Order: sequence, then structure tokens, then C-alpha cells
Amino acid sequence: MDLLDNLALGFSTALGFQNVLYCFVGVLLGTLIGVLPGLGPVATIAMLLPITFGLEPVSAVIMLAGIYYGAQYGGSTTAILINLPGESSSVVTTLDGHQMAKQGRAGAALVTAAVGSFFAGSVAIIVLALFAPPLARFALEFGPPEYFALMVLGLIASVALASGAIIKALAMVVLGLLLGLIGRDLNTALPRMTFDLMAMIDGLQFVAIAMGVFGLGEIIRNLDSEQLSRGTVAKVGRLMLTREEARAIVKPILRGTVLGSILGILPGGGALLASFGAYTVEKKVSATPERFGKGAIEGVAAPESANNAGAQSSFIPMLTLGIPPNPVMALLAGALILHGIQPGPNVISEQPTLFWGLIASMWIGNLMLLILNLPLVGMWVRLASTPYHLLFPVIVVFCCIGVLSVNNATFDVLVMIGAGVIGYILLKLDCEPAPLLLGFILGPMLEEYLRRTLLISRGDPSVFFTRPLSATLLAFAVLLLVLMVLPSIRSRTNEALKE
Amino acid sequence: MKRIMTAALGAAIIATPAFAEYPERAITMVVPFSAGGPTDTVTRLVAESMSKDLGQQIVVENVGGAGGTLGAGKVAKADADGYTLLLHHIGMATSATLYRKLAYDPLNAFDYVGLVTDVPMVIVARPNFEPADLKGLIEYVKANKDKVNYANAGIGAASHLCGMMFMSAIETKLTAVPYKGTGPALTDLMGGQVDFMCDQTTNTTNQIKEKKIKAYATTTAKRLDALPDVPTAGEGGLPGFQVGIWHAVYAPKGTPKAAIDKLSAALQKALKDPNVVERFASLGTVPVTQEEATPAALEAKLKSEIARWKPVIESAGEYAD
Repeated sequence: MDLLDNLALGFSTALGFQNVLYCFVGVLLGTLIGVLPGLGPVATIAMLLPITFGLEPVSAVIMLAGIYYGAQYGGSTTAILINLPGESSSVVTTLDGHQMAKQGRAGAALVTAAVGSFFAGSVAIIVLALFAPPLARFALEFGPPEYFALMVLGLIASVALASGAIIKALAMVVLGLLLGLIGRDLNTALPRMTFDLMAMIDGLQFVAIAMGVFGLGEIIRNLDSEQLSRGTVAKVGRLMLTREEARAIVKPILRGTVLGSILGILPGGGALLASFGAYTVEKKVSATPERFGKGAIEGVAAPESANNAGAQSSFIPMLTLGIPPNPVMALLAGALILHGIQPGPNVISEQPTLFWGLIASMWIGNLMLLILNLPLVGMWVRLASTPYHLLFPVIVVFCCIGVLSVNNATFDVLVMIGAGVIGYILLKLDCEPAPLLLGFILGPMLEEYLRRTLLISRGDPSVFFTRPLSATLLAFAVLLLVLMVLPSIRSRTNEALKE
Repeated sequence: MKRIMTAALGAAIIATPAFAEYPERAITMVVPFSAGGPTDTVTRLVAESMSKDLGQQIVVENVGGAGGTLGAGKVAKADADGYTLLLHHIGMATSATLYRKLAYDPLNAFDYVGLVTDVPMVIVARPNFEPADLKGLIEYVKANKDKVNYANAGIGAASHLCGMMFMSAIETKLTAVPYKGTGPALTDLMGGQVDFMCDQTTNTTNQIKEKKIKAYATTTAKRLDALPDVPTAGEGGLPGFQVGIWHAVYAPKGTPKAAIDKLSAALQKALKDPNVVERFASLGTVPVTQEEATPAALEAKLKSEIARWKPVIESAGEYAD
């Protein structure tokens, strides 16, 4: 009954006129910055922080949180329409989402993303309300060896993202790993591959690489192809899902939701691992895996559900342990402190109105996003069919602003331009950029956790196999590797038998 | 183009004699760390209050990276017109030794506005760590120096500085486990993956109160109001072990004195603002005295801190570039 009382308190707070208004402002802004390439929730929330000084803490947090999960909805829009992932968790959505758009099914892809996100968000909020403290304790069980094992699993899974040649995907992962290693080594602070540039000492910035390789690379290619006047931007097509499509997305949404809710609580790459983990799972369980990468609707439904579920469950470590798992949560924690609330284990008991009000508002916000996004689908699709010579300069400008807004560093814009040229070359060589980005993110984390584990164990690698969680994850990784290698071995033996 | 430049130049000449009216437009205050961190929080509180006094908005700009040296370097090169300021912490003093290829001279590239606050630190450990008090901790650490792991948030971070100071105080070299920031380090400390660390009260007070981590000692001369049960390092057997993450406001070298004076006065006023005092208290810190929020006090502090940390960093042999 406690839960019902708490939820009643939460809804009575969140449904106050002022809070509904701020929730709406938050999700609307979130959708907008999600749609604008490059502009992310971190920069937006940082800019809006001063405005929240005059607000009640609950209203401020409701609005700022709305920007965060609103951006998750908006981010899928650019990923689908113009092949531009606004943040790491929507990289996977570009794979099938943009293919669907090219086939004139942008509407269906956008609707799938919105419905999947809404369902996953709602479930993750219930998880957050019911299980926040035990889940936080579970996250603490994850030490360096467990993270290392998870990263290994992730890297192996990332190869499954490739729809073309495996060898090219592997090459892209390795290139990504190398790019990710640029910067100061964490343990010794020695700079690696920085060419003595202070600007590179913390490594290259993810948004700059993603905008460059995906966005600019694609734009250059579009400009050198003949269909310039029309562009490759999505055709409008039918907006709603067919009955078959609607049936096809039910299970992927469920699976994506579960994966996202669990992995979202892990600091670092949680939401990202969830989104492409969900994609890999779908490809594995599908009867027709060859459709993936060519516009499979399941390839949009699962990762979009996973990343929104992850976005909601990433509130758990911040609200229950006082430890922000990602930069956005760090900013929200900072906002709470500015309002005189110290985020930590006692927030739930000492600030019940805030905690339950926020949870209730997240559900209300998700509902608003669904209502907001479905009618907008038609508008986005039409907007994206603007003549390309008008559209691409706008995209380039927003990419520059977005990249600059992350760290206020012009060097990052140069990195984006460089990455754009590389992205164009890679496209010409038929190499897919998604595995590159995953290598770029996972590589440094893999190294970090490996070295940390060995530092703590004084160089003894047996800890990976004696700790049950890490041993289980590594066993999964081996299993996945076998599953991936097996079909090719079998087909080879079949060929051999024929001869 | 030429005409615009002439006009701008003209405007500048006209504006100069009337400098008493500074500030005429919004001021940018650079924080050399990312938004949401402890230094950012301190900055936003002070900037908000100073804005009210100056009658112009102070816009906080986060220029993170390379342990705060990128943001500081940017301000060092900015126009010295009083419209670009820097709020930096102890890193201003330690970077002079930690970085051998610094693009600016911490001591000579800035004018000083004043000190802001001195955030205390606490030596904390995983909840089930055996030693009962600081004395026990020192004995245990010395006896098990091959087994014990201490965490820090990366080279140059507050926790790294405090850790170096601790090792030099107990004359024992330990295995440091670096993290990318305080958050992941504290997570692993709570989860029992590492043994102990030393970090700012900003990050640890709440977790200590909720007994998610164990506190051994504060790095201050007096006990803290926020943690009255935690003894000082002096009480626990390390007399003179004091490390504070002091914050201060700087301007590029050559900023008009009229502007500096006005900023200093606004800073002093902000540090008396009840809202600032109250929020600082919830961060486990207090504003500095009015006399310390002055250019002269800051200059003296920076000089003494550069001299104090030089031998500690050099003997540890850990550099950040």
C-alpha cells in the first residue's frame, strides 16, 4: 500500500498546473534539441540551469529531466531521417531506421521509435519505482572485472551489427579502438598519439567523431552523387504501420525494454550497450537476419526501446546512491545541489515529494512525448524532404554549433571536419561507420577496466574467472562468438562435403 | 569592414574613460571543468550572487579538459577588459608543477580577484574496511602496503593530490587505482572494490552520514559542522596534515584596476549572501573571510601553495603530461 500512497503523492505533485507546464516545456525542448543534430541534453541543461534558480526544486528537476528523456525521442528522428545519430545511443537506430526512410517508410520507423520508447519508458519507470534500492545494490556488485567482461561481450556483439563483410566490420572496430586510445593514459597520464597538442590530451570527442563520420561523410557523398536536387533524404510514404509491422515489433519492444532497464543502471556505457545489445539479440533470434541493415523494423523497435528504458533507469544510481552514471545525471545532481538538495541515499526518505513527483512526472512526460511525436511525424518527414541544397547547409551549421556547444572548443569542430573526410572515404570503401563508433567508445573502457582489474589483483588474471558475475559474462561472450563463427564453419563443411 | 572597425575602435575609446560604469554588459566566468561537478556548483552559486550586485548577468562557461589547464589557458589569452573571468581551484597551483609544458604561467598570466572557499577533504574507506581509526589505518596500511589499494579520480584531481600528501605524510608508497572522476571511484569504494581514498566533502558527506562509506579523518584544523563525529587528521595522529581544495577568481593579466576592485567587492558581498552561505554549508564548506576574498590574499595563497606542492609532486614523480 505504501507504493500506492507514494504514487498518489507523486501524481498529486506532478499534476499541479505549474509542474505539468514545466514538464511540457522540458519534453518539448528535449524533442527540439534531440532533432537538431549535435545539440545534446548536456549543453542545453547547462544553459538552462541559471533559469531554474527561481523555480521550486521539484519543478526544476522535472523540467531538466524532461529535456533528457525528450532528447532520447528526438534523437531517433535525425538518425532515421538523415542518418545522423545525435548521441551514442541512437547510433544503432541509423542502421535500419535510415534504410527504412530511404524506402519511403520513414513514417513507420518514426512511429515505431515513438511507440517503443513510450512503452519502454513506462515499464522502466515502474521498475524505478519498485526496485530502485535493490537495483542500486546490484550495480555496486559490478566491479572492474565485471565491467571488463561486459565490454568484451559488447565488442563481440558489435561485429554482429555489420550487414556487409565481417572483415570490414572488424577493421572498423579496430580503427575505432585506435582512435579511442588517443589522449592521456589514465594510469600514468602519459599522452598517446596527441602530437603534443593540449587540445587532444583528453582524447577526441565522441560527438565530433559521430557528427563527422555519419553526418558530414554522408553529406559529402550525397553531394557527389547525381541525385543532388532530390537528395537521398527520406521520401514521405505511408505514415502508419501495417498490421504485419505492428505485430512484428511487439516482441522486439519487450526484449529491448528488459535489456535497457537492466543495463541502464550501469554507469558508463549502460544505455549504449543496451541499445546495440538489443539490436544484436534481435538479429540473432530473427528467422531472417539478412534483412537487418536493410530496413528491418525490428532493428528500430528494439534499440529505441532499450535506449529509452536505459535513460529512465539511469536515474537509479543518481537518486539512490548519489552517484551520477553519465554526464547528464552529473548535471542533474549539480542542479539538485544548487537547489539545496544533496543527491544521495537519503533523497527518497527525506525528499519524498521530489522523488515520487519526479517519477510521476516522467510517466506524464513520456505520455506527452507520445502525443507530441505522433502528429509531428508527418511534419518531420515533410521537413526532411526539403530540397537537399537547402537542407544540407542547415545540417552542417547545426552540426558545428552542436559540436562546439559540448566543450566550447573550436578544435572539436576541426576534428569533426577531419572525421567527415574519413567518413566519406569509408563510405566509398563500403565500410560501415557504426562498428567504428562502438570501438571508439568501448575500446578505452575495455582498456581502463582491464588495467584497473589487474592493478587491484596485482597482475593476476584469474579474477576474471573466479568471480561468478564476470565468469558468467565471459562465458556468454564465448557462446556468442561460437554462435557467430558456427554458421560459417557449417557452410564451409557443407561445401567441402559437396565436393 | 573598415568603417565597422573604426566605429568599434571609436566606441572603445569613448568607453574607456567612463570605466567607472563597468560592467556595461554580461560577464563570462569560465570554469575549467565540466558542468555539474563540485567546482561548477561553487561557481554558479557565486556567479548568481555576484550578478545581483554588479547589475549584469555573469554567464558561466564550462571549458573542461586537461585537468583545468585548457580553460585557464583560454582565460590567460582572453581580452583583459574585465569581461572574462576564471574560477579555478587548487589546480592553478599544482598545475605549475604537474604540467611541464603549460601554455601559460600560473603566477604571471593572471590578475587576482580573491579567494572563494576552501573545501575540506575527508579520508574515507569501504564500509567493511578493518581499521577502526586513523591510527589503525596508518598501521594497517604500513603493514599491508602490498595489499592495500587507494583510489583517486585521476592525476591532478583533488583526490590524487590528497593521496600524494597522505603517502608523503606516512612515508609509505601505495598502489593508486586511478578513475575517470570521483563518481566511479566512489562507486567502487562503496562496492568494496578498493580500500580507501581521500575526497572533498562535496562528494562524500551524504554517503558518510548514510554509512555507505567509513570516514577516518578530515583534512582540516577544526572538526566540520557537517560531520561533527569525524576527528581531524591532527587529532588522529597526523599533525599538520591539512589539504583543502581552495577556489579563487582570476582575471587575465592587465585587467583595469577599477574592474578588479569592483569584482572583488562583489565577491566579498556574495560570500556574505545568506543563500550562498547556506548552500556552501550543504556542500560541507564555508566561504572564506572577507580579508581573504581580496587580490593580495589570493596572490599570497597561490605563491605559497605552488611552493608547498612542488616538492610533494616532484618526490612522487607523477606528472600530468
